[in-house]
Amino acid sequence: MSSSALKTFPGGLHPPDSKQATAGKPIELSPLPVELILPLSQHIGAPAEACVEVGEFVLKGQMIGRAKGFVSVPIHASTSGEVIAVEPRIHPSGRLLPSIVIKPDGEESWCELFPADPEKLTAAELIERILQAGIVGMGGATFPTHVKLSPPDDKPIDTLILNGVECEPFLTADHRLMLEAPKQILAGINILRKILQVEKTWIGIEANKPDAIALLQELCAGTGIEVVPLAVKYPQGAEKQLILALTGREVPSGSLPMEVGVVVQNVATAAAIATAVIEGKPLVDRVGTISGPLIKKPKNLRFHCGTPLQHLVDLCGGIEHPPAKILAGGPMMGQTQLTLEAPATRGTSGLLLFAKEDLPLRPQTPCIRCGRCVQVCPAGLLPTTIAAYVRLDLIEAAEQTSAMDCIECGCCSYSCPAAIPLVQSLRQAKGMILEKRRGA
Amino acid sequence: MLASIVTLGLIGLLAACALGFAAKKFHVEIDPREQALLDILPGANCGACGYPGCAGYAKGVVASGSIADICPPGGQTVMQKVAKIMDLAPVTANPQISVVICQGDNKKAVQKYNYLGLTDCRAAQKLADGPKTCPAGCLGLGTCAMICPFGAIEMTPDSLAVIDRKKCTGCGKCVKACPRFVIKLTPLDATTHVLCNSHDKGALVRKYCQVGCIACQICKKTAPGAYEIENMLASVVYDQHREADQAVDKCPTHCIRNFASGYPDGSRFAAPTVPIKKTKAA
Repeated sequence: MSSSALKTFPGGLHPPDSKQATAGKPIELSPLPVELILPLSQHIGAPAEACVEVGEFVLKGQMIGRAKGFVSVPIHASTSGEVIAVEPRIHPSGRLLPSIVIKPDGEESWCELFPADPEKLTAAELIERILQAGIVGMGGATFPTHVKLSPPDDKPIDTLILNGVECEPFLTADHRLMLEAPKQILAGINILRKILQVEKTWIGIEANKPDAIALLQELCAGTGIEVVPLAVKYPQGAEKQLILALTGREVPSGSLPMEVGVVVQNVATAAAIATAVIEGKPLVDRVGTISGPLIKKPKNLRFHCGTPLQHLVDLCGGIEHPPAKILAGGPMMGQTQLTLEAPATRGTSGLLLFAKEDLPLRPQTPCIRCGRCVQVCPAGLLPTTIAAYVRLDLIEAAEQTSAMDCIECGCCSYSCPAAIPLVQSLRQAKGMILEKRRGA
Repeated sequence: MLASIVTLGLIGLLAACALGFAAKKFHVEIDPREQALLDILPGANCGACGYPGCAGYAKGVVASGSIADICPPGGQTVMQKVAKIMDLAPVTANPQISVVICQGDNKKAVQKYNYLGLTDCRAAQKLADGPKTCPAGCLGLGTCAMICPFGAIEMTPDSLAVIDRKKCTGCGKCVKACPRFVIKLTPLDATTHVLCNSHDKGALVRKYCQVGCIACQICKKTAPGAYEIENMLASVVYDQHREADQAVDKCPTHCIRNFASGYPDGSRFAAPTVPIKKTKAA
């Protein structure tokens, strides 16, 4: 199949994917760390509210943080042990945020579980189980899944898209999960189909994972689920770009995918939904890729939520000199970490460590008007123009130039030959516009 | 030839009549005082008065018939003229000036990480609450200098914002822009200030800054009326600032400074001579 025949979106680019280090490595189970740090905010939305006290003994899967509000999910103990602290700890965002610290007893004893047959449950009961299990979007955005599955009545959903694109360089966690647990992913897809009652279900996978495409195509034969290979291009896995590539529908500016009748879920989220509904087990662990030039033995690890990043690094052979850059997530959109003391959470799809010589640090030079950022922008924006508005403090002009449609994929900064921090400026513009809207 | 001259002439005549009619019909009455006000205002359009620019201010003053909203950059001089034009009693302008209450540049204060992003303090503050270990110190990326309409703020080579007291008009734009609230408006005649913004305990402050206030109370003991200590941070009581100078040399961390004898290290500004800014007495 030639690459031009593959479905895709306008714009984007293909950074060296660097996936070879871990693509062929089966998922390993991470042993328990000395302590688990579970932030009460592991999702987008209101943080959970702690419902355990210091000294209390908790079982694996027990709810330790109650959801507060609709856009919020409960937090669960990821192993059995003693709660040794409920205090602000360093969060992946770099701030000190309230967390529950658990000292594992090593037994991994589960709390009482309630397995169920998804066939016998109604859509509302299924959504309730998904909420109670604390399922969030596991591609990295950590948006509560039950919210996505409860569209208002005037927004009919006819299409479900499973995101198995994994277009970020280095990351192979979703790829391995598709190869090792395809049946679980399919079970999750069937639950999602039952909830949403969709006519069409697609699984989008980048064409650089032929083994995963072949395996899922074989398993999906006759189920009405279509597995589609997509062009190898970043950000193919971005929600709106994926919808455009597969369905040809463009999500209008400022609205959500439900506007065009689509719900997108990550394949890892589908697998977590199957575990939650069928086995009754909440989201307490996930698969992430530990890689990057500084890591001696890159691995795909299934780790407990709340595992300190240092523990994951030690499992992968440790490091010789201190890293210059620690990223949670992929190199394009991942979150820079202050220290390795921060925990890996429900949204940590990867941990990448770079030395100073790996970072392409160049001095910033003036814009030469080459237009590469405009060419690669998948949202069709003018990054240089908006960056200039930010520099001149013209926030209204930036808003009129659709700065809010930026998906922060980083293609503009990546492609800029003058090393201008473009995506950073766009983020700044978005922040300032939101601030202005809140104040107005 | 003749036809085209006549046609063009007629079109011209018609258009002239239409324009003349429109000018009469849609004439907007402008209070002559508005133009008079606009002529004497500083013209920086800084927005410190609360109106959108100087024209907005002139319009607002004429419409409300009150000069309660003052023009801070114009100070006493301009307010007197405004009062004259509006035929009202002059309002005291209380001249103010901005002060960066931090001396912790990159040599004196510890950084918790190496910031590589956008050169804008507001962006840096969002990344793990800023690259400085001190939670309240100047981030030194120059957002205030970029925003100042009077070019009164410079960044020292070691990344600290310093305000030129000769150029600052007290418009307060920098105060609003600073994400860490390091800049505050102070009375113009007060030249002694506590240049620290950290409310942390002394032992902690010492760990991350050589010139931070450790709330040791020495200034308060030296000049009791002129200082107050709240939440582990000393500040000058500006009603009594004339006595504050006595404590400058006593401060163990040198975070109290009198601007009359110079600016923080690294600044290219020449020391202002007292009185710092000339304002005509009322």
